Amino acid sequence: MTATPIRTAPLTGTITGGVGSSPARPDGTLKVTGEFAFSSDLWHEDMLWGATLRSPHPRARVRGIDITGAVALPGVYAVLTHEDVPGRKFYGLDIADQPVLAIDQVRYQGESVAIVAADHPETARRALDRIAVDYQVLEPVADAWRAIFDPSCPLVHEAGNLVRHQPVRRGDPDNVSADVVVTGEYQVGMQDQAFLGPESGLAVPAEDGGVDLYVATQWLHVDQKQLAPCLGLPAEKVRLTLAGVGGAFGAREDLSMHVHACLLALRTGRPVKMVYSREESFFGHVHRHPAWLRYEHGATRDGALVYVKAEIVVDGGAYASSTPAVVGVASSLGLGPYRIPHLAVDAYGAYTNNPPCGAMRGFGAVQACFAYESQMDKLAAALGMHPVEVRIRNAVSQGDVIATGQPIDMPMPMADMLRRVRAMPMPAERVSGADLRSLPGGVANTTHGEGVRRGVGYGVGIKNLCFSEGMDDYSTARVRLEVVGGEPAVMVHTAAAEVGQGLVTLKAQIARTELGVTRVTIQPADTSVGSAGSSSASRQSYMTGGAVKAACEAARADVFQLVERKLGRRYEDLSLVGGKVVSTANGVLASLVDILGDEVVEATREFHHRPTYPLDPTRGQGNSHVQFGMCVHRAVVDVDVELGLVKVVELTAVQDVGKIMNPQALEGQIHGGSAQGLGLAIMEEIQVANGKIRNASFTDYLIPTILDMPPMRVDVLEHADPNAPYGLRGAGEPPTLSSTPAIVAAIRDATGMPLTRVPVRPEHITCT
Amino acid sequence: MRLKFTVNGQPRVADDVWEGESLLYVLRERLGLPGTKNACEQGECGSCTVYLDGDPVCACLVAAGQAVGREVRTVEGLGDREALDPVQLAFLETGAVQCGFCTPGLIVAAHDLLRRVPHPSDEEIREALAGNLCRCTGYQKIIDAVHRAARSAAEAVPR
Repeated sequence: MTATPIRTAPLTGTITGGVGSSPARPDGTLKVTGEFAFSSDLWHEDMLWGATLRSPHPRARVRGIDITGAVALPGVYAVLTHEDVPGRKFYGLDIADQPVLAIDQVRYQGESVAIVAADHPETARRALDRIAVDYQVLEPVADAWRAIFDPSCPLVHEAGNLVRHQPVRRGDPDNVSADVVVTGEYQVGMQDQAFLGPESGLAVPAEDGGVDLYVATQWLHVDQKQLAPCLGLPAEKVRLTLAGVGGAFGAREDLSMHVHACLLALRTGRPVKMVYSREESFFGHVHRHPAWLRYEHGATRDGALVYVKAEIVVDGGAYASSTPAVVGVASSLGLGPYRIPHLAVDAYGAYTNNPPCGAMRGFGAVQACFAYESQMDKLAAALGMHPVEVRIRNAVSQGDVIATGQPIDMPMPMADMLRRVRAMPMPAERVSGADLRSLPGGVANTTHGEGVRRGVGYGVGIKNLCFSEGMDDYSTARVRLEVVGGEPAVMVHTAAAEVGQGLVTLKAQIARTELGVTRVTIQPADTSVGSAGSSSASRQSYMTGGAVKAACEAARADVFQLVERKLGRRYEDLSLVGGKVVSTANGVLASLVDILGDEVVEATREFHHRPTYPLDPTRGQGNSHVQFGMCVHRAVVDVDVELGLVKVVELTAVQDVGKIMNPQALEGQIHGGSAQGLGLAIMEEIQVANGKIRNASFTDYLIPTILDMPPMRVDVLEHADPNAPYGLRGAGEPPTLSSTPAIVAAIRDATGMPLTRVPVRPEHITCT
Repeated sequence: MRLKFTVNGQPRVADDVWEGESLLYVLRERLGLPGTKNACEQGECGSCTVYLDGDPVCACLVAAGQAVGREVRTVEGLGDREALDPVQLAFLETGAVQCGFCTPGLIVAAHDLLRRVPHPSDEEIREALAGNLCRCTGYQKIIDAVHRAARSAAEAVPR
């Protein structure tokens, strides 16, 4: 048998390509040949397979667990329950409320109860069948409103069912009058990140009594921080290395199989691999919070917003995960990028016995965006204005404040973006005899154009970028410059997770630009270097990009000292270009190879964004965010109004990214983010009934295929943020916000139906 | 049971195979060929697409025993680092690869399409690749990649 290496090899690129270009991904060749080692590809001599027994009930007392049948099965090496957790029995991102393995109760369907290690995955599955759990089944708390507002509702956790309530207040919305008032209630279904690479990893017990975990994650150090106490080990004995990540989108911010694989490896003394099946994956990670939103907008006759009141409830499910931060985003950005003198927002996060919800691309801003944009369309209709006009009339720009009173101290060309998206060319009109594949229903042959109506809609979204509310989510980079094989070479080492977005490419681009060197090697991400923070909140270009830039600048300063020492004079005008040391006044002074000789220049730097502050607990005022990103979409749809089938004909996006670091990767983010917004608009929902997931498969949970995703036009603006490295703005999330309301607005335009819930289903259009 | 079949032109043997194992599992876990991916293992995502006697199949839906005596060609058999297949190169160059988990299956499916239809239209590409899910790219650059591969394959010696 050929062993797959458990350690991802360093990625060396010799392609030119600095900031602003699109060099090939350093991991790209391995990914197209099938050699790239994803977390589910790992293999080790003597490896065992781990498996997890999960609760079939959303809420139950656990009266006893009998593992004797499983232990007796040949090929089984360990069967562990909560009693075998040597350290802390709970973990969690913000609040340690989730048991490693269920103790006396289960709070959601799919909660981990016991784990098994065996010599074959099928043996492990059969062992799970032989574990007898005595459940006293209880009625689940399945309604988030009831969980929070009904005092007679049972408690999911002893401290109460409210995870967080964040009010935001400005002005006096109860005592102002408006010419036009529109109200609406909206609902957002539970979306799944649906990354393709299942939760997986390999835990290898180490001679020092510790463990090495190779795992797909978004933030190695926050995993380590949660893992080590549960294993009863000091952090330095719990070493993590990033294995290949098959997509993340927020779902890998929480632990999944991490503690379980480590527990089994430490108990058996053997490497243990765990890989979730697709069905298990639906139970194995947090989802996007479903939300219920009530809005009231008041405006003058000429379309200026006077006041907005909003109430937002998000269902966090059984454990807190990142619900507190999601509530923070939903409250602070819950009214969108509009100037509103008087406002009142109340955002709540609930504990229920539904599947736990946490981070997903857009993080609390997505849910609110669907509601506030639906309201802006409603307002436009009430005023007889074009939807783009009413948005431009109220659009914030630099110098305005958001709902929390935070000034927008960076370019925010919302009105310009709206004008641009409206002016983009429209797709061709549908012709009779059109290709079936271009019609709603496609080759299912449900229409040849009869009953099909076209609609156009617009959406705008605003998203905070980097962590907020006082988090110092710094990043660390180590850079080494030396001569290798007769040429200057740079090694870049960070703990930042490459999840597909192209961070490995970007780190190399920055090193090339800052150090004037072509050959750059990206070390595997691991916990032997300082934290890089999470690959989420659109923050890694800003934060790890900033750290790599800072480390390169420090290394460059050391090189300039070497130059002055070797050449015996001072220079104020040096730069590194194309492997040479250049003086602006004197031209090329020396090659970098000659200056470096045998010297190794190394620098490690932490990069911190500017400080942010908590929202005050009663009025929600405060400078809680680092940076804002925004995107604008126009959607064109064809709707078969008789069958309720939708074909998105085209999506157009305008986004301001401050600085285009890598055009190809940026387009990929805008396309991919827009596709996930399309999924939420018309396809994707985890169907939960009384706490139970009804569609845990790709047969029943539908993500957009290549037939569903239309051609896209993309227009990118570059208004630099003076606070950010290179002036860049995080770009991954904003497109996910605005494509959903744009598509739903287009369906409303085509059908005249109110459509207050996403995903829109055929019966919402046909009313059947 | 013992399995003998041909993988990427080489005769291969796998011993002690449990009858319930899929071709996907045997390729990945017994033959050291993890390039074929395990995203859903229920035939919905196309990530495990391989050729079986020249036809593209989801390896997760083929019982390993069904492959006995037959020819399997995986993404590893299309090209290697030194000599990428035009489809592999086009995916790399157009930015059709992000996380890369769908990539091997899409490359095999696109390779199959181009064998049948050397210069496919957008509609033909969409229809042919409709069984391959990608969560990262929004598919725009995958369509670009197939067009680019079609152009370069026309100029290259067929592999």
